[in-house]
Amino acid sequence: MIAVGRKKPLLSVQNVHAFLSTSRGSIRAVDGISFILERGKTLGLVGESGCGKSMLARTLMGLLPQATVVGQDATIEFRGQNLLTLPAKQLRRIIGKDMAMVFQDPMTSLNPVIKVGHQITEVLIHHLRIDKQTARERVLTLLEEVGIPMPNRRFEQYPHQLSGGLRQRVAIAIALACEPQLLIADEPTTALDVTVQADILDLLARLQEEKQMAMILITHDLGVVAGRTHETAVMYAGKIVEQAPTSKLFANVCMPYTRALLDAIPRLTDPPHTELRAIEGQPPDLLENVPGCRFAPRCQWVKSRCRTEEPLLRGVSNPQHQFACWYPFTGG
Amino acid sequence: MTTIGKKLLRFSFVVLAVTAITFLMVNILPGDVSYIIGGETATSEDIQDIRKDLGLDRHIVVRYVAWMGRVVRGDLGESYLSHEPVLDAILRRLPVTLELLIISQFLALLLALPAGIISAYRTNSFVDRLISIGGFATISIPSFVMALVTIYLFSIQLRWLPATGYTPFFEGPWANIKSFLLPALSIALIEWVVLMRVLRSDMITTLQQNYILMAKAKGLPPWKVLIQHALRPSSLTLITVFGIQIGRLLGEAVIVETIFALPGIGRLLINAIYARDYLIIQGCVLLITIGYVTINSVVDVLYVVLDPRIRTETPNAG
Amino acid sequence: MPANAVKARLGVTFWLAVLWLAVVAVSAATADWWALPAFDRMDWDNLSALPGTQKSDAVLQNGGELEQRKYIYRLGTDTMGRDIVSRLIHGARISLAVGLLSPLIGFFLGGLLGCLAGYFRGRFEYLIVASMDIILAFPGLVLLLVITFYLGPTLKNLVMALGFLTIPAFSRVARARTLALSDLEFVQAARLTGAGNLMILVREIIPNVLIPLSIYGLLVVAFMIMAEGALSFLGLGVPAPTPSWGGMIAEGREVLDEAPHVSMIPAGIMFLTVLSFNLIGDGLRNFAERRTSQL
Repeated sequence: MIAVGRKKPLLSVQNVHAFLSTSRGSIRAVDGISFILERGKTLGLVGESGCGKSMLARTLMGLLPQATVVGQDATIEFRGQNLLTLPAKQLRRIIGKDMAMVFQDPMTSLNPVIKVGHQITEVLIHHLRIDKQTARERVLTLLEEVGIPMPNRRFEQYPHQLSGGLRQRVAIAIALACEPQLLIADEPTTALDVTVQADILDLLARLQEEKQMAMILITHDLGVVAGRTHETAVMYAGKIVEQAPTSKLFANVCMPYTRALLDAIPRLTDPPHTELRAIEGQPPDLLENVPGCRFAPRCQWVKSRCRTEEPLLRGVSNPQHQFACWYPFTGG
Repeated sequence: MTTIGKKLLRFSFVVLAVTAITFLMVNILPGDVSYIIGGETATSEDIQDIRKDLGLDRHIVVRYVAWMGRVVRGDLGESYLSHEPVLDAILRRLPVTLELLIISQFLALLLALPAGIISAYRTNSFVDRLISIGGFATISIPSFVMALVTIYLFSIQLRWLPATGYTPFFEGPWANIKSFLLPALSIALIEWVVLMRVLRSDMITTLQQNYILMAKAKGLPPWKVLIQHALRPSSLTLITVFGIQIGRLLGEAVIVETIFALPGIGRLLINAIYARDYLIIQGCVLLITIGYVTINSVVDVLYVVLDPRIRTETPNAG
Repeated sequence: MPANAVKARLGVTFWLAVLWLAVVAVSAATADWWALPAFDRMDWDNLSALPGTQKSDAVLQNGGELEQRKYIYRLGTDTMGRDIVSRLIHGARISLAVGLLSPLIGFFLGGLLGCLAGYFRGRFEYLIVASMDIILAFPGLVLLLVITFYLGPTLKNLVMALGFLTIPAFSRVARARTLALSDLEFVQAARLTGAGNLMILVREIIPNVLIPLSIYGLLVVAFMIMAEGALSFLGLGVPAPTPSWGGMIAEGREVLDEAPHVSMIPAGIMFLTVLSFNLIGDGLRNFAERRTSQL
């Protein structure tokens, strides 16, 4: 997103690198990501597994494992404060309250020995310092809002008594409890049944509009962001390789990787038994430092320049539509 | 549940074997058993009574059955020294040993919980290594040495606690607890290691779970994450280890009671051994062992019941 | 187990432990050759003397002269004026004898029974497991007290009683290993080539059980030394006049306030010895695990 007007954006991520140290060396999981998110807008973050999108989400929330280093001159400005330089105690006042996250797998993200209702009230009690009774009432309302029937009963149940879809709704309730201004949804439907996926995504979209919340919707499926996000960024090998307002992205795909992702979405209009057009090859091994465009080995339209020089992310004719490719399909 | 049924069967079988062995303890001694039971101070009348009681002329299996009949009715014979019924002597001392076991396990938990939590939270840190080295060293110290060390430290040097002496609970609760502190501490200072290791191992696994990450994402401070979210799922094995430790605890209790002069079952057994009071020895072994077997079986069954994998899951449509 | 056992090598502590045990073993073996006062020689002038106390002896020589002989009690004396060093070395004999010999009984008998149970399965296994369960039903110390009580407190009986108690533990370890091994391919392969049960047991199973069992045995040795110590402490071990570490600790109890060294020195020696066995057993176990995991 390019900053429009003089109003300061809700979230400004600049030059974020994240190095994960493994037994085989240091992996640059997030490689120089920069973007801006305005209040009330949704950003879709799309990429294959391992492209660094979950790592980015964790970096934003400050939930990186101990063996990770963030780049020195990186900044994550949220409501004017640089989260990377904030002391842990102050960061904890923001996380879960003004900025919250929904995790990918609802089967493992809820504590199995604590009642569902309690897992939500604890956020309210901790951040807002209200008493148990008030918290309970608020949670019952929340459970209704996220579409859980019989909230009184569900409040007293344990996670294993709920289905995957219901559990994810609980996770959403937990994230929304303190009315955050930014919600990060990390592949919220990947682990769910296909029939339930659309419900959850619609729920998120509706809640986002109602509460005028900014949202980052992370997914590997480009089809998910269509119609649900204001802007989309495509990630590959730790970098953003194309970024544009969503409708423009679908209309004028520039970068071959995005094209491939688009092609991979199965369409209703296809005849039955059409083969899925999966992208050939594997995502790159992030340990190696290969010159040139990182997508080159798998690109159908690769030329010699692609292998030697790495393309930078830039917009040509339209500053709002940026891409990292020497030979884009259209001018942008 | 047939699993529990099988365990019940095994339990009964073991108990039966234990009674047979304890019976044989006294009744296959060379020489005239009645003299041995009667002890050195028995008169010929006493001997005759014992003879009649034991029915020495009958077949050993018959004698076993007769003995079992008496045992079940609570008649374990008499101490030849004091002529006190064995069962009474044991029951009088049982609460003391139980109190010792409970207090020492409590103290062991008090030491093991923070140690386990901290070393799991900061694995391979200086504190973690220190704790594990400390633990490794402590289990190389036998309980009687630990008892002397605690006496030297707390009783002689610091003069905080008395080295021996026992006050019954009703004569003064605080004095009663004080008389158990050093003995319980001697045991706890060794037993905490096993508990700590189990807790640490479980916690490390738990801390890698997604729901812990979720708890952190809520903005909860580390202590809340550790205690309210990580501790409960990690305590299952701890509870079962408790039960397994009872065997060692009983052994240590015997030694510790003797050193600190606590009137418990352990001391009763040791004194009976010094005095060659056969029937007391037999009674103690019988009751201690049956108690031990029962506790182990209960823990066994409890583990089956508490295991969440066996808990019925009823996912509702939604 | 130390958390820093991430090292794949046997560290400094391991070799220090080996060194200590060598010192103890050699001293025990050469006990009689040392120029020390006899372990039961009482010196009424120097009761519970501190380490370093000097003793002057006036010895009548052949020529009628009095010669002053000096002797320094390196570690002091006990409540009856007996030299602690001398008693420690002789006590080491008991501790090491019991500590090393008793596990051997468990190792061979228990190991064999465990292997047979794990290999042949069926009723035989059930019988062995049930018998072990019954032995284990008795709390260890209680059973030990009663057995030594009945057999009488001689070194031989002590070793046998303790050894008997270790049989179930060894059989469990041996059985577990045998069960794991029987599933592996090389045993199946041996079966297919027509090897008889005895051959398989001797060639394939037993050699692979020996090493883990021996390493486990070291930990059992440590425990045996503590058990013997406990018995002697209670006065139910090897009887006087033979010194034993546990007995020395018990004797020092009455002067714990004035002369703690009488108890604490033998306690320290016992601690170091038990610790050494634990360190060695643990170190070898980690080392072996690392070796097999690299296969």
